[in-house]
Amino acid sequence: MAQAAAVAKPPAPPRRRRASATPRRLPYLLIAPAALLMLGFIAYPVISVFYYSLQNYNPTKPWRNGYAGFDNFVQIFTKDPQFWDTLTFSAKWVFVEVGLQLLFGLALALIVNQTFVGRGLGRAMVFSPWAVSGVLTSAIWVLLYNSQTGITRYLADMGIGSYGTSWLSDTSTVFSAAVVADLWRGVPFFAILILADLQSVSKDLYEAAEVDGASRFKQFWHITLPHLKDAIILSTLLRAVWEFNNVDLLYTLTGGGPAGETTTLPLYIANTSVDAHNFGYASALTTVAFVILLFCSMVYLRLSKFGGGSK
Amino acid sequence: MITKEATEVAPAPVRETPEPPRSVKHRRSWDEVPRWQIYTPLSIYLVFTLIPFYWILLFALRPAGSTSLVPWPITFDHFKKVWTERAFGTYFENSVYVGLATLVMTTLVALAGGYALARFDFKVKNAFMLALLCSQFVPGALLLVPLFEIFAELKMINSLGSVIIAETVFQLPLSMILISNFIKNVPYSLEEAAWVDGCNRMTAFRIVVLPLLRPGLIAVGSFAFVHSWNHFLFALMFLNNQNKQTIPVGLNTLMSADSVDLGALAAGGIIAAVPVVIVFAFIQKWLITGFSAGAVKG
Repeated sequence: MAQAAAVAKPPAPPRRRRASATPRRLPYLLIAPAALLMLGFIAYPVISVFYYSLQNYNPTKPWRNGYAGFDNFVQIFTKDPQFWDTLTFSAKWVFVEVGLQLLFGLALALIVNQTFVGRGLGRAMVFSPWAVSGVLTSAIWVLLYNSQTGITRYLADMGIGSYGTSWLSDTSTVFSAAVVADLWRGVPFFAILILADLQSVSKDLYEAAEVDGASRFKQFWHITLPHLKDAIILSTLLRAVWEFNNVDLLYTLTGGGPAGETTTLPLYIANTSVDAHNFGYASALTTVAFVILLFCSMVYLRLSKFGGGSK
Repeated sequence: MITKEATEVAPAPVRETPEPPRSVKHRRSWDEVPRWQIYTPLSIYLVFTLIPFYWILLFALRPAGSTSLVPWPITFDHFKKVWTERAFGTYFENSVYVGLATLVMTTLVALAGGYALARFDFKVKNAFMLALLCSQFVPGALLLVPLFEIFAELKMINSLGSVIIAETVFQLPLSMILISNFIKNVPYSLEEAAWVDGCNRMTAFRIVVLPLLRPGLIAVGSFAFVHSWNHFLFALMFLNNQNKQTIPVGLNTLMSADSVDLGALAAGGIIAAVPVVIVFAFIQKWLITGFSAGAVKG
């Protein structure tokens, strides 16, 4: 094809002009499918959430439906202890999860970035839980934590703890139990992203540092960490938003229990809208969650000076 | 900025001191961390990673009621039971259908949009980019009610189409940003050269750019597949009909039963994991390169 065109040289210029003349409408045509999908299934729902947040809207109690002004918001902030409880739990959950995932993920990435025998297999095994779903993670950990044939039974056989304990139904252990289950799946995400970014650190830098007699810790602190900074900021932020919003794991593992001990704000919202059919109030809660997320993300990006070095 | 200066400065001293003993020495010390410092933490972490996998295999393969820590005698009864009695065969089919459809739709739409973002300057480009980034903060879980109403309006409740659309929409923003970064890494001059040779834009894209995008597309496509395969909430909400449900919903049903059949749950879990494990084994080597090429770069 290329040859044929090279032989027929004369018609080439007009063709080229055509290729560069189309662009006026072309980019819009190209983004149209994505834009339409996002308008219809993200933007429109978001707007309707804002709209409903100012309404009393409950399909099971239609006689009360109508404009509510800021009543829903007043109720959230002044009369709803569950809102504050679940918000606090969400914050704690996100903070602990993202912190620990980053820590272990970074350590793992540094380890499997070394050259050693069995590295390929090691990487594959370390990363494997990454692809496991929240529901499957729950299924696995339900098997591990169950009181009859779970891990506690075998620990009790060895004289550790007692028979019949279930870490998921005890309010003092449920948080750690859920954290460990989510860590199992979450650490590989950070490890993969950080490992990818480690590939682009120039080896010359380490050699130079070596010549200057810098210790390995100093090399890590002054070369590796600054290089990873943007990737770390971005991945922690994405992960924090994701951990905040994701309900798969807690919904299926603990169902928010025992006694509401592990109910996050999104889980509370889901219960309010799905079980109680209180769409108006759930929408107001969603709006608040939105604003909080957006605000925290801005503050985080500002504080961490993302993309820094430019100023 | 700093990195660049340092890279330029760094090689100089090495080149000025070409004595072999020195370079051999420092090579050994930064390249070779003591073995135990690698294997000890790695083994500890592997125990943590692999025990849960072993546990589910154990429960899936040993007979009901057994408490042995070795799956012996091996039985496949749990698999048979879950596949037929618990309808995992149907769920599996539905999940495959949803996963593949999401993969195709996400990749095609993101490819078109990503190309526009990478190669053109147009009026709404910045606004569009901003919308893509903002949509990352929009929690799908919190839009369940309005989404349900939209699909009810479109008469798509209980059809797999609703789940496919919802999964695609929430995969799109990140996929598009990634793909546009991959395309930016392909020099524009390559395409221009193809135009000069008489290709139109579409042909030039197909024969010049597309082959170079392979690792990136594999990463993005498998992401979309795995994500929709695993995702649970949309299917739970939009599909009420039992023979329309997907694997994660089936697992949840098994888990929320009054007395959980642990063997069936484990077998169901393994059925859920198999395709993902296959995809994962297949793409692992592209994943790292795909990410390092496409991520982070403005």
